[in-house]
Amino acid sequence: MRKFYTKIDNIAGNVATLKATGVGYEELALVEGSWGKSLAQVIRVNGDNVSLQVFAGTRGVSTGDRVSFTGHSMRFSFSDDLFGRVFSGGGEARDNRGELTDNLIEVGGPAVNPAIRLMPHRMIPTNIPMIDVFNTLVEGQKLPIFSIPGEPYNELLARIALQAEADVIIFGGMGLKYDEYLFFKNRLEEGGAMNRSIMFIHTASDPVVECLQTPDIALTVAEQFAIKGKRVLVLLTDMTNFANALKEISITMEQIPSNRGYPGDLYSQLASRYEKAVVFEEGGSITLMAVTTMPGDDVTHPVPDNTGYITEGQFYLKGGVIDPFGSLSRLKQQVNGKTRDDHRAIMDGCIQLYAKCRETREKRAMGFEMSDWDNKLLKYGESFEKQIMSFSANIGLFDALQQCWNILAEHFEPRETGIRSNLCDQFWPKK
Amino acid sequence: MSSTGRIVTVYGNMVTAEVEGTVRQNAVAYCQRSDGVRLMSEIIRIRGKLADMQVFELTRGLKVGDPVEITEELLSLELGPGLIGMVYDGLQNPLPEMAAQVGKFLEPGHYLKALDRKRDWDFTPLVAPGTVLTAAENLGKVKENIFDHFIMAPFTLNGEWKVKSIAPAGKYKVDKEIAVLEKDGQTVSVNMIQRWPVRIPLGIYRERLLPTQTMVTKQRIIDTFFPIMLGGTYCIPGPFGAGKTVLQQITSRHAEIDLVIVAACGERAGEVVETLREFPHLKDPRTGKTLIERTIIICNTSSMPVAARESSVYTAITLGEYYRQVGLNVLLLADSTSRWAQALREMSGRLEEIPGEEAFPAYLESSIARFYERGGIVELKDGRKASLTVGGTVSPAGGNFEEPVTQGTLKVVGAFLGLSYARSYARRFPAIDPLESWSKYAGVIAHEKVAWAHGFLKRGKSIYEMMQVVGEEGTSIDDFVIYLKSEFLDNVYLQQNSFDEVDAACPVDRQQHLFEMVTNVLKHKFEITDKARARDLFFTLTEQFRDWNYSPWQSDQMKTAENAIKATMSSKEAAHA
Ligand SMILES: Nc1ncnc2c1ncn2[C@@H]1O[C@H](COP(=O)(O)OP(=O)(O)OP(=O)(O)O)[C@@H](O)[C@H]1O
Ligand SMILES: [Mg+2]
Repeated sequence: MRKFYTKIDNIAGNVATLKATGVGYEELALVEGSWGKSLAQVIRVNGDNVSLQVFAGTRGVSTGDRVSFTGHSMRFSFSDDLFGRVFSGGGEARDNRGELTDNLIEVGGPAVNPAIRLMPHRMIPTNIPMIDVFNTLVEGQKLPIFSIPGEPYNELLARIALQAEADVIIFGGMGLKYDEYLFFKNRLEEGGAMNRSIMFIHTASDPVVECLQTPDIALTVAEQFAIKGKRVLVLLTDMTNFANALKEISITMEQIPSNRGYPGDLYSQLASRYEKAVVFEEGGSITLMAVTTMPGDDVTHPVPDNTGYITEGQFYLKGGVIDPFGSLSRLKQQVNGKTRDDHRAIMDGCIQLYAKCRETREKRAMGFEMSDWDNKLLKYGESFEKQIMSFSANIGLFDALQQCWNILAEHFEPRETGIRSNLCDQFWPKK
Repeated sequence: MSSTGRIVTVYGNMVTAEVEGTVRQNAVAYCQRSDGVRLMSEIIRIRGKLADMQVFELTRGLKVGDPVEITEELLSLELGPGLIGMVYDGLQNPLPEMAAQVGKFLEPGHYLKALDRKRDWDFTPLVAPGTVLTAAENLGKVKENIFDHFIMAPFTLNGEWKVKSIAPAGKYKVDKEIAVLEKDGQTVSVNMIQRWPVRIPLGIYRERLLPTQTMVTKQRIIDTFFPIMLGGTYCIPGPFGAGKTVLQQITSRHAEIDLVIVAACGERAGEVVETLREFPHLKDPRTGKTLIERTIIICNTSSMPVAARESSVYTAITLGEYYRQVGLNVLLLADSTSRWAQALREMSGRLEEIPGEEAFPAYLESSIARFYERGGIVELKDGRKASLTVGGTVSPAGGNFEEPVTQGTLKVVGAFLGLSYARSYARRFPAIDPLESWSKYAGVIAHEKVAWAHGFLKRGKSIYEMMQVVGEEGTSIDDFVIYLKSEFLDNVYLQQNSFDEVDAACPVDRQQHLFEMVTNVLKHKFEITDKARARDLFFTLTEQFRDWNYSPWQSDQMKTAENAIKATMSSKEAAHA
């Protein structure tokens, strides 16, 4: 028998407090009033005082509204019926195709035992040379795209999604503009991928608490597919909105902020989501790519900073290209030793030369005389940017490697490249 | 006698209970969910009848009124033969066994014995009945991998006890009695298992000594420029992606040490998996055995409960102290101490303590100091020397070293290997900043020689900075050559390719040999007047030295590389003035 409470004591931010007994921590509750109804989650019990985080927000909630407790924590239906569906960030159907109620699974359960994880070992080809050659994406990796607002991060995400040959694509949008949602939906449909995709969409106009649910539901569903042996690609955008929602709640709960208003557990909160990326022994996996917009292009801002400490590298989107310096795929060495003998040498060699080219550009900007060597570097840099770094480059790994050798040979002597002589002997293009 | 209580508050991983009876600070307690699952916790504050606990599990589902059982025992470890090669969580649950019994996920409420009760150990007694001994003196030994694992009199013994009986040589399981000790009519039964509370340092020895012997890591920049000593402490702060973990990993592989304890504290699960999956297949060149046979992994990664993360560093260091007590040279690598500090901060926030800088608790600094102080080299009661070396990474917010954890750590460690973003950005690995870092220890090459070489780095940097202003043309050829020399030293000595089979580990004799060769180049007075040609010459030298670095020790390939270097050095370009 369900018990109803009809007296809410305090309402502040998105949190409502009332007196109730027998309530479990993180239990789900239902709040109903003249404004409608909303799910809510218990975020603190103190004697008979229960604090609820109301998913739809507390706007219009009255102290006389009716509250009941469900006896369980957040759950979501899991089955193949999810394919092609679009849900809200809080898990409600958003596509007028009815709610799913079968096979309910707990959202946000315990972590995977590290002892059963496998090391990521399969390359995910993207046909983007800046990724495939220089910062290879690996199945089971968690990788954010750091970007200032306005960069084409959603395009990059969509391009990877369609190229990656995943069994399941799960899309979690947080604080999305409606246009962005439509952009992704259209791209997935055009690419013929919608029937293996599931979307969880929290838009900027939706209640902020639902933003907190979005990655959890998306990742719980992903985890279920991965256990069943599916190779799942999860795309989350934008994790900065998620972090800001965390900040909002923690301030309401009067937690002492640690850095620029963000709660002290921001790292753990982000990590518990990102760490869902996994490769299971039976073959299933979760690869996680997430957009983190950087307020003011500042990597030391708490959100990108904590993210960088959690993820396995980052793609740094700057000036419309994946910046070769800030970007890093930390798992690349798991795969790039097995692709082709020259892969690592090209990766290091080309970037080191490009770094020198940038130094030279600075010197030039300051009006210094350019030596022969400087001029070589400058010309090399131009070719490299045009043929390799540009987003328009859409070629496979081996073609990209060949392209790199061609560029090197066009501008340098083998010795000047810093690449081991035996590799130059083997791969240097014959004139 | 244990006490009981009832939950009154649940907030994150902190639970408050109202308690009947006595309660001990830091005692273990169990919160029981209504479905019967018991969640391990630790008392961290007592206020009258209220006991605040940190729960080592997800607290989801706990209710006000749920029962709490409070034990007498402090959070403790099981110590004995069979710890080496194990993979434990922060509370010493063996993770592979956990997976076998519980499944893929770390479901709350499952606790397993740390030591295998079924395994037989070949025991040799070392004392006869009648022998008088004190705590931690040897009763006998078993062979654990290649080590003599001494079975010691209980660490908690008070005063002198007499051996009443001792088991004859033979095979015994860890929980089987192997000796009985007596004193004043009292007796204690001793088996191979000892228990010790993690928060109390374990150190029973004659005296603590000053570190005197370099701990060889086979990383040139460390062993030569910023060395570490057995029983010393060091820290590796650096922004994300600068190479802290990789440096710890290569150290765990190549360090010349008996036992490595890897404490993955609040970092990525994937990084532990790498160690876990590879170490059983990698050879330790010193012993010919696999690396896992000299490694213990403590794994409390970032998505595992935060309170257990806080205790995991203590678990790791207690294991280290235990094997030091056994007589080994142990290296503890903790990655990352900042995650541990953050766990402290989270708990402190829930306890509503008055926060210090960046919301860290006021006791942060003293906690860090106490942790590193548990390392050290000692002379055991039987005269053997044994050591525990501690190296911790620090992950400062925004990569800025002016923050409480880095600063608190720098005050107490003996070496500081600061990683810089600029160096990792330029792929100059290991990205230890040679101008910021320091070490109070002695390395594998005489200090004066090192200081002399280090001088080139400093001068090179200031010349480089000046060149940014006045340009190459405004720089004298002499200065330019010094700059090239400093770059050369950086390229062929400081930088080391950990992905190259040969270069990954540079043993002492090889370091000394290379240092000589590099010194010759640094000393050399080149007769060059043209900067482009100077640059060209150093390109050649750098490439030739790299080839040397990639050549197996004393191979033909190495000789070829060495001859090539000699040829370059005696060429016209390089001729003496
Ligand atoms: N010695 C090295 N040789 C070659 N590459 C390295 C080396 N050290 C680090 N790297 C590169 O830098 C990446 C990041 O290194 P690492 O994971 O050790 O960083 P970290 O400092 O531990 O970062 P975080 O604080 O985020 O854990 C590696 O994946 C590798 O690509
Ligand atoms: Mg790391």
